[in-house]
Amino acid sequence: MPIIVVIGFFQLFILQQPIPNALDLLIGTLFVVLGLTLFVYGLNQGLFPIGTTLAHAFATKGSVIWLLIFAFALGFGTTVAEPALIAVAAEAASVAAKSGVIAADQAAQDSYAYGLRMTVAFSVGFAITIGVLRILKGWPVQYIIIGGYACVVVMTMFAPDTIIGIAYDSGGVTTSTITVPLVTALGIGLASSIKGRNPMTDGFGLIAFASLTPMIFVMAYGMII
Amino acid sequence: MDTLVFLFETILATVWDVLPIISIIFGFQFFVIRKPIPNLGRVIRGFIFVLLGLAFFLVGLEMALFPLGKTMATQLTATDFIARWSEGSVIGNTMDWWDYRWVYAFAFAIGFATTIAEPSLLAVALKANEVSGGAIKTNGLRIAVALGVAVGIALGTYRIVTGTPLHWYIIAGYIIVIIQTFFAPKLIIALAYDSGGVTTSTVTVPLVAALGLGLASTVPGRSPVLDGFGLIAFASLFPIISVMGYAQLAEWRAKRQQFLGDKTCISK
Repeated sequence: MPIIVVIGFFQLFILQQPIPNALDLLIGTLFVVLGLTLFVYGLNQGLFPIGTTLAHAFATKGSVIWLLIFAFALGFGTTVAEPALIAVAAEAASVAAKSGVIAADQAAQDSYAYGLRMTVAFSVGFAITIGVLRILKGWPVQYIIIGGYACVVVMTMFAPDTIIGIAYDSGGVTTSTITVPLVTALGIGLASSIKGRNPMTDGFGLIAFASLTPMIFVMAYGMII
Repeated sequence: MDTLVFLFETILATVWDVLPIISIIFGFQFFVIRKPIPNLGRVIRGFIFVLLGLAFFLVGLEMALFPLGKTMATQLTATDFIARWSEGSVIGNTMDWWDYRWVYAFAFAIGFATTIAEPSLLAVALKANEVSGGAIKTNGLRIAVALGVAVGIALGTYRIVTGTPLHWYIIAGYIIVIIQTFFAPKLIIALAYDSGGVTTSTVTVPLVAALGLGLASTVPGRSPVLDGFGLIAFASLFPIISVMGYAQLAEWRAKRQQFLGDKTCISK
């Protein structure tokens, strides 16, 4: 485990302190290795197959509307409960209260954090929907991403300073460990069951959308409030 | 005993996190597709393994690495530690950016190490290996992404120390990404964009956030609320660059090999 090497090195040579709780460290490491092994085994047995079979089922059923609704529900549903997002939203609310954007009382902060969570969840749902539509239509991924970047850059100039750091970070926190394999399997399953799509060029890209749109939507949220 | 209780709580929390996903999948399966799931037993077993695996993984991290990593992040950014390494140039609070060199080294190392351990990156790398028919090596991709994160986080800590605005770095990064997109092999582009998003989840975010907040609160003139954010943005931008770079390098070497091969054929 490289993390141990890094931490051990810095602890002993730079900070010059002994490592506390060596036993905990050992048991913890065993747990990490065991956990990763189980995780990978479970991925191949459960998450990857279900993503692929769902994609095939939707592709053969031929109902685009349901597929898009499913894509939105998956994006929204997995993000709204994401613990990392809840933490970041609470943090952002306290920043906003300190800088005087919203009232400093608890109720105002809660509603701000709730609004932020909904914004991010909505934007991820939107992203997965667009991403699935892209796979169906075979649009090249780079134009959409570059367009999105342009959007982010333009919005950065107009958005309030306090929201920019949070907006940039919220792009990264949305994609959890369960969502990523599922969404990847869905994208690749779709791309391989539709004629004329290459799973390598068309199957990937859903996660990229899911980490781009929150930046745009959160900055928009910061500008409106 | 405490460990067992903690393990149980983590399993419960993970189940709670996964509940919306499971209900969406099964809801659509039953009401829209209206077909039974093939190998239902195996899928359910797979889900259980994923849940157990994640829970063990998180408990292990929580026991072994998070407390230590977080204390180290604060210790390394503490003022007296920094002062020990600065070359007598400490007059009042004016510290050179170079005095923080161990922080950058730590940021680089921890960024690399946590990304290698990231389960969602592992999942994407496995899938990429399968789809590309083995052309993309699982570990090659993981190392490329980890290097990207390492450079990103090191640069991000440098930004916090110098206090330069975040958006200039991000915009410059975007420009590099766009230029690379035109030259990188077509097959890798979508995967490269994806690898930006997957790097930052369970393992990286808590450690990196601790580093950023610790640094922003000890460097004079930085506010943790304004400057503490942004490291995650760095960590999700730089892997895109490094993965495309990795693909370009691989392509260039393959071409060179071919070119050299051609030359030897002709000379014979």
